Parts: sequence; C-alpha cells; structure tokens
Amino acid sequence: MTQPLHADSLRAVAPDSPAPARTMPAAPRARRTHPWLTPLTPVAPRTRWVLGLGFFVLFFAVWGAVTLGGLVPPTFLADPMTMAREAWLLFTEYGFLGDIGMTVWRVLGGFVLAAVLAVPLGILMGAYKAAEAFFEPFVSFCRYLPASAFIPLLILWAGIGETQKLLVIFIGSFFQIVLMVAVTVGGARRDLVEAAYTLGANSAGIVKRVLIPGAAPGIAEILRLVLGWAWTYVIVAELIGSSSGIGHMITDSQALLNTGQIIFGIIVIGCIGLVSDLLFKLANQRLFPWSTIQ
Amino acid sequence: MSALSIQQVSRTFVNPRGGQTQALLPVDFEVRENDFVTILGPSGCGKSTLLRIVAGLDAPTSGRVLLDGEPVTGPGADRGMVFQSYTLFPWLTIEQNVRFGLRERGMSVAEQRERSDFFIARVGLRGFEHHYPKQLSGGMQQRTAIARALANDPKILLLDEPFGALDNQTRVLMQELLLGIWESARKTVLFVTHDIDEAIFMANRVAVFSARPGRIKTEIAVDFAHPRHYTIKTSPEFSALKARLTEEIRAEAMASAEH
Repeated sequence: MTQPLHADSLRAVAPDSPAPARTMPAAPRARRTHPWLTPLTPVAPRTRWVLGLGFFVLFFAVWGAVTLGGLVPPTFLADPMTMAREAWLLFTEYGFLGDIGMTVWRVLGGFVLAAVLAVPLGILMGAYKAAEAFFEPFVSFCRYLPASAFIPLLILWAGIGETQKLLVIFIGSFFQIVLMVAVTVGGARRDLVEAAYTLGANSAGIVKRVLIPGAAPGIAEILRLVLGWAWTYVIVAELIGSSSGIGHMITDSQALLNTGQIIFGIIVIGCIGLVSDLLFKLANQRLFPWSTIQ
Repeated sequence: MSALSIQQVSRTFVNPRGGQTQALLPVDFEVRENDFVTILGPSGCGKSTLLRIVAGLDAPTSGRVLLDGEPVTGPGADRGMVFQSYTLFPWLTIEQNVRFGLRERGMSVAEQRERSDFFIARVGLRGFEHHYPKQLSGGMQQRTAIARALANDPKILLLDEPFGALDNQTRVLMQELLLGIWESARKTVLFVTHDIDEAIFMANRVAVFSARPGRIKTEIAVDFAHPRHYTIKTSPEFSALKARLTEEIRAEAMASAEH
C-alpha cells in the first residue's frame, strides 16, 4: 500500500489534491544490461507470477522426465501420474480428507494454546526487565530442547491420544514464541516511549498503548513463522503412535513402499502451509495497515 | 514570576568502563512565565541533557528543577516535549496522535475531538487527520508533534532541536509557525538549538552554552517587538546580534574541537 506523499506547506492542502507519486529510484545503469540482471530492480507483478509458476512447471517436468524416462526406478520414486492416481485413491477410498482435518486441527490446537500463553509472557518479559531476568535463562534453555525428543516421554505421560500430539506442538512452539516476542517488545523505540511519558502516560499506559501496538505487527510475523515450524512438529508427532493424520498416512505408505502417496502427503502439507502463510499475510496487512506504508 | 527554576543542576555520566564524563557543570537558570527562551550551543555541549532533565527523562546528578515551585521528579504532562527525531506513534493516525495525551488523561472523546481539531487546524494540517505519520513529510510530522504537545495544555513547552532534521526552507516556515503560536497563546517555551538565526528569531532571551562540560556562558536579551516578521532577519540589529552570537559560539565550537 503506497500512499502519495504530500508536499510540505504551511497551509492545509486538501488530501485529494494532486501530489507527486513516490516511485522507487531507478538504479543507475552505466551499461545497458537487462533489468533482470540489475541488482534490486523490481519486476512487474505479472512477470513475478509467471516466473514463480515457471519453477513449479520446471520442477514437475524434471520429476516427470527422470521417473517416466526410467532414470529412477518406480520403487524409489513414483512418477507424477502415479501420484495423481494415488491421490485420487487416497481421497475416495481411504478418507484422506479426515486425515487432513485431523492434522490441521492438531496444529491449530497446539499452536493456539502455545500462542495464547506465550504472547502475554513474552510481552511481560519484553516490558519488564526483572521478569526477563527471571524467565529468560530457563526459556532459552528450553528452546533448544527438541520437541520430537519429548515424544517418548509424552506418550508415557499422556498416552498416544490427542493430548500427546498437542503437547508436542505446544513444546515446539511455546518457548520460541516467548523469546521472539520478548525481543520484539523489548526492542521498542525508546524515543516513542519517552514521548509517551512526556504526554502523561504511566507504566500501564506505556505497555498497553505504546509497547504492544508498536510490537503487534512483529508479533503477528513471529506467529506466522512459528506456525510454519509447528507443521513440521505435527508430522513427527504423527509418525509415532498415531492412527490418523497426514503423518500416519505417510508411515502407512512407507510400509507398502507407496512413494506416490508419500509424495502426495508431503505436497498437501506444502500447500496447506502456503495457504496459511498467505492468509496470515493478508490478515496482517488488514490489521496493521500502518506497518506496510513505505 | 519564574515558571521554571533550574537550581545548581549538574549531570555526570558514568561510563561502562568506570570513567566519568561531566556533561553539565552546575547550572542556574530561570525562565519567566510566558517567556520564549532559546538555549544555543555547539553540538555535544550538554544542552539537550539539560532539557531532558527538565522534562524528567533524565535525573540530575546534583541540584533540582522547580516548575511553578514544585520539584520535578519524573516526566509528566505538565511539560510538553517535541523531540528532534520523529516521535509520532506510527500506528496512530494524525488525529489519534494528537489525542494521545488527552486519552491518557481520561478526557471524554468529545472533548478530545474538539481539542485535537483545534490544534490540528492551528498547525495547518486540516484534511490530514486520518493519515498515518509515514504518509506525511518530516515538516508535517513535526507540526503534528507540536500540536500533540500543545493539545495537552502543558505549563511549559520543551523543544529539543525540533527542526534540526528539516531542510532549510521548511525550517524557516516552521519557525514562523511556532513563533505565531507563541505570539497568540503565550506559552512558556524552552527551545534548544544550535542554529543562531533560529535562536535569535524566535527568542526573547538566548542562553549561550559553553562547550562540554556545559554551563551557561552568557545570556543575551532579544528585544525585537512582536509580532515578528521574517524580514527582521535582514535588519542591522539582527545582524549585529548574530555577529555577536557567532563569535560566542565559534569560541566554544573551537574549544570542543580541541578535545
């Protein structure tokens, strides 16, 4: 969202008056080179789409060529056609939609639980240095504990039900969110805080109306990032001791050497990740229009 | 009666490696009610430190600051401040920025609106109420910052080189705007700058700071009648004052360059 910048003048100008549009300064070009080869020169939106899609096409073409051309035996890697057939079977015969729903539910459940507890704690640590000194060393330590290594313990404590899956995602997400939120909140611009003080704000006002709104776009970005990681944890959780979900389907297919199904499972995860990422980005743009003004 | 009384205020910074830097020698200074005083000094002379102590954002190593007889213990809405850096809250619109202090005070929304409308119009930003700060030029942002500070109706307005980052033409216009506001509202103003023209044009009194460690070297009264027109800048009286202050500042700048 680029808004026109209005020329400075002491008299109020109507906001719809013509103003010079702000454009990206063109990179100086000593020699005539193709714009694609000039650093930092933007490409047109259409070109971006075509180029981005182009890689997918290339990817499938190479995959098709090596599998259908016999370079790789089908035992190791199914060709795209086989995968499409297997995908159809998965949806029609094996109730794969249910598996997808299950996995999405687990990711969201564990992630939301972690976010609801981690964001306030992160804000507390970012805002109050005593809280940071108290929690930070422990949280930093926990951050390096691999969530997947907890799976045997969690099975022992919580069984192989849903609680265990949610806990894996919770452990994997919680400490990361806490630390990153604390850093973002703690990195608030000091001059804004000082300005708020000179306008009569007290400590609570500083936290509620300066630190939190200032850090909000950063926090949303952190959640977007960690949600992506949560997807990797859920699959690991489902590989062990599970009777449903995308990860479970992949383990089942492994036993039958059905590489088509495995690849399709992975592709589905990628697609869901891409969609959730896009939704997050759109939501952030809607919620924080000010943060994207150039 | 003096609105602001700075009594024996000094400031020594302790360096991380144990040494000490004296930023401010004990300063005594008075600002009368409704007066416009500029503090002029070379960069790094401690003049901003003094202003921050008055604002309550920094604590003096010794001495005290009184505002209307009350000692200053921390920042508060009675001392409005405009900073050199752009300190508008980027997530709030221009109108919401101007209303920030009023909201903190718990003023009714209707009253907030009325005050913000008045001050936005006063700084010539009507029509930009719903813009975000980043959509405005630097000069417009600083005008909003002035409106935001004035909306709070502070006893004294503190300005720390507010026009320092602006281009020369904008800066001159901003000086006229601020002076016009002062001439109609007669707020007590303490204005820190390193620009000699700026210091003379707006002030009734210029306090010249020495090089670090800072102290007030001389005070010079500026007797031009109000309202002042920008053409006084080319008058012989103005030039004479400017010549005198140039000498004062030059000596200090050279002293600080030798360090």
